[in-house]
Amino acid sequence: MFSHSKKWVYPAALLFLVFSVFTGIAVGSIHIPFMQIAIILSHHTFGTSLNGIDEAFHNIVWKIRLPRVMLAGLVGASLSIAGASFQGLLRNPLADPYTLGVSSGASLGAVMVLFFGWALPFIGNFTLPIISIAAAVLTIFSVLLFARMIEQSMKLETIILTGIIFSSFLGAFISLMIALTGDELRQIIGWLMGSVSMRGWSYISLLLPFFIIGSCWLMYLAPELNAMSFGEEKARHLGIDVQRKKMMVMIAGSVLTGAAVAVSGTIGFVGLVIPHFVRLLIGPDHRHLLPVSMIAGAGFLILADLAARTIISPTELPIGVITSLIGAPVFAIILMNRKRKGGVA
Amino acid sequence: MLQVNELSGGYGSGLIVRGVSFSVKQGELFGILGPNGSGKSTLLNMISGLIKPAAGEVLIKGRPIDSYSPKELARIVAVLPQMTSSQFAYTVKETVSLGRYAHQTGFFKSWTERDEEMVQEAMQRTGTAAFSEKPLSALSGGERQRVFLAQALAQEPEILLLDEPTNHLDLPFQKDLLDLLKRMAADGLTVVSIFHDLNLSSLYCERLLLMNKGRIHALGQPVDLMVEQEIRDVYSTEVQKQPHPEVPKPQISILPERVLSKEAVDIDAHLLEHHGGHLVLRSPVPLKSLSSGVIGAGWGWRSTFVNRHVDKHYNIDNYEQEAAAFFIENGFNLQETVGMMTAVYMEDAAWRKEVQEDAYVFAVATAGAGNAVDVTHPRSSWKQHPAPGTINIWVFVNGKLSEEAFVQGIMTATEAKTKALADRGVLDVSTGTTATGTSTDSILIAATQNGSYQQFAGSVTPLGIAIGRAVYQSVTASLEKTARRKGGL
Repeated sequence: MFSHSKKWVYPAALLFLVFSVFTGIAVGSIHIPFMQIAIILSHHTFGTSLNGIDEAFHNIVWKIRLPRVMLAGLVGASLSIAGASFQGLLRNPLADPYTLGVSSGASLGAVMVLFFGWALPFIGNFTLPIISIAAAVLTIFSVLLFARMIEQSMKLETIILTGIIFSSFLGAFISLMIALTGDELRQIIGWLMGSVSMRGWSYISLLLPFFIIGSCWLMYLAPELNAMSFGEEKARHLGIDVQRKKMMVMIAGSVLTGAAVAVSGTIGFVGLVIPHFVRLLIGPDHRHLLPVSMIAGAGFLILADLAARTIISPTELPIGVITSLIGAPVFAIILMNRKRKGGVA
Repeated sequence: MLQVNELSGGYGSGLIVRGVSFSVKQGELFGILGPNGSGKSTLLNMISGLIKPAAGEVLIKGRPIDSYSPKELARIVAVLPQMTSSQFAYTVKETVSLGRYAHQTGFFKSWTERDEEMVQEAMQRTGTAAFSEKPLSALSGGERQRVFLAQALAQEPEILLLDEPTNHLDLPFQKDLLDLLKRMAADGLTVVSIFHDLNLSSLYCERLLLMNKGRIHALGQPVDLMVEQEIRDVYSTEVQKQPHPEVPKPQISILPERVLSKEAVDIDAHLLEHHGGHLVLRSPVPLKSLSSGVIGAGWGWRSTFVNRHVDKHYNIDNYEQEAAAFFIENGFNLQETVGMMTAVYMEDAAWRKEVQEDAYVFAVATAGAGNAVDVTHPRSSWKQHPAPGTINIWVFVNGKLSEEAFVQGIMTATEAKTKALADRGVLDVSTGTTATGTSTDSILIAATQNGSYQQFAGSVTPLGIAIGRAVYQSVTASLEKTARRKGGL
């Protein structure tokens, strides 16, 4: 259906991801050569022998760095694909889980689970992502309802403004709970600003099922997202059951956001920056935009995490600091371009 | 194909459309008209299934619209809204391809050869194939509208709904779009379109629905609907109807408020300019004119009137080009001028002012009896008399004339001319009978369209009497002068 000239983007994105994974594992207080990483990964995937590999290296790679890199990748992929979908749905290049307030909603859910020590029956550890997701869904519906109350046409700025209001409001509750906790203050704040460190394999297994469900669901909805980019009325005329599909996109996007926030805190702007650059490269067709954003987002967050833990080593920066440093200026540039071009970004 | 029964509805609680019923046959081009806020768009949105009616029903191919799934409906009904935009830079082809959504089935929604074929065809028909790889944002408003038309056509619809489709289009594209719709309607597509432009809708639609305040004001063929009274009632605007010059469809013109000049314009002898070879009358205001002649024949608003003497051996073969060149050379604007030619010398022109009650007429004539003809006797062709016209008559009326008054004025003036020839005993040399005119006479009747209204100019009306006397006397006087000149030679 679409031009095949942009197919090179897939291998390029995958190459970028592989490079990020290897670099993310290799760099640190102890340097591990790419070749050794390849042998260790091959051992765990294909059962090849580990001959000549230092046991300490093996432990660092398998127990510490790989889970961290994978978690960063999954979170980056989740947030990017969710951001791209929200942007298409709301016809708004500035929408992403962070600017819409969905991340804050999910954070509040997660903090409440930690604060009250909740554990839902039968699902145990999954209480954290489930509550986060529920809070994320609740937040996006509230934000959109509220934005619609302010202004029927739901202009881009109105939605973003509403997202910021919700973020601040929900943030106040988080601050309140942190104040009431007293101890471990620094740790919770660190978590809030986003971190993928020291989470281990268990966090990956918390995120993975939701990532698979959410991203497959959104990619399946890509044609509908293309149509809805032209407005809900046009989409309806093209034969789309707009109310249902809209609901699906919002829920799928919230599932990804909620699960990502539950394991890593709020990492801002990933969902804004990555789809924006991918769109510049391959155009807005969601059938390619979503998978490419997913791959590129994973690579991007792995590198952002690498920067966060090495820039002022041995102290670690929250990863959200890095993404915001990059993301906020991009946000400003998109806004300025949009004003200059009179609506088309 | 499409039936609407007692449909009422709107946004929220207010009813914008009230009790509207009509039906549209397959292959019909059906127009919806009405002032802003009359409920046209709301009606269209209910027909397209976008908003649910508060009461009544919409039947598409005999089935209620709400019994269709969105996909089923999109395979039958396509919609071209006034304006569609996207925040993202989709290419033309990507945009058109979205029209195939409703036809794509199965879990993976694979792109079939037929999908590609329909997209290509839609782009061809709308002239958008040339920029298929360009992003929408790089196109003009008119080009973008054509892309969305292609998208609607890619849906392979049986019914196409349009909301003021020509709104953002330049004149040639308006015509192209409507011609295309007309052709597709002839191929069986049912087209229902809102129109802003009364005249375009009259030209292209078979039937029109005139909405006012949410109700049907009138429904019928353009001929029945495009009536001054109906349009005035709905739009509260002064309009006048006239026929389209080439198509048997009525056209409506708005009548701007006339700013009346403080001084009444009198067309009479003080406006005549004598230039030896030609006689000119310049009017300070454009006059509504109906004339024969070399330049500016037919209807028009003209302010300069020229009668030009040419030699009697003037080569008549290329007279149009030669005359145009002459008038331009002498500084006359061809758009504003009525020009006539004659072999009669301008010194022999005669004029006469006549006032009868409120009718005020000024007539100018140049008359020579050289080619006098009795029209009631048969002859082979006027080409046998290749001399320029010999009786030219101008009739100016200070007043407002109806169109029938123009026609009757020409009749009356002709009768007066014939009587003048008879009274002077002018004969047709080839038959020996009394002449009725000459072989190439011209006539002009022009009115200021200001002042007293004259609906008729027949022979017993004040205007008719004034025209008759003025023409008779000026033609007679000019005939005498030319006869005296001939006698003197």
